[in-house]
Amino acid sequence: MARFAFARAAINPATLSRTLAEEACGALVTFEGWVRNHNDGRPVLRLDYEGYEALAVREGSRIIDEAIARFGVSGAACVHRLGSLALGDLAVWVGVTSGHRGAAFDACRYIIDEVKSRVPIWKKEYYEGGDSGWINCDTR
Amino acid sequence: MAKIRVQYFAILRERAGRAGEEIDTVAATAGALYAELEGRYSFPALRSVKVAINDEFCPWDAPLSPGDSVVFIPPVAGG
Repeated sequence: MARFAFARAAINPATLSRTLAEEACGALVTFEGWVRNHNDGRPVLRLDYEGYEALAVREGSRIIDEAIARFGVSGAACVHRLGSLALGDLAVWVGVTSGHRGAAFDACRYIIDEVKSRVPIWKKEYYEGGDSGWINCDTR
Repeated sequence: MAKIRVQYFAILRERAGRAGEEIDTVAATAGALYAELEGRYSFPALRSVKVAINDEFCPWDAPLSPGDSVVFIPPVAGG
């Protein structure tokens, strides 16, 4: 499977986990980011994700490669949703396999932190009362 | 004048009122092109934005060539 990919329909974690299966691996660590009903003290009703796919896939794949090289894990992948999501929806999934659990936990944390700060994905939240805003963009 | 293809995402797409356009410009660098568009569309300040040319991140002083594809990247918020 692709190391980093976008999904335009619901993500199935069990299916993704199986694509990383290896008999030499005793650990699978996954992270799921879910759509939360509040942000910065404001109730959130739903959100939209938008991505610049050509660069996002390149940068996301670089992050996966960095994690594999840095932590010595066997396999890793990340899938991020695009489009309109409802509360509780799975927005981003990260999976890492390794011989032992320690490296897999570290690599999983590295991947989600780097994806959030480097990959060109934007989130627009919709609030009670009808207003909305692009996160990290609308403060000036 | 060089013809540059520009794509807009997220807050920049909304401010520009379009997802992309071809621009005839005398701007020699990505930064000069942003300065040209910043006033036209009231884009956010350049210091919070990054730029990609032909689908790779570039410094603001990267030179533009005719036919280049430019994407301005406002602060990201994945996850």
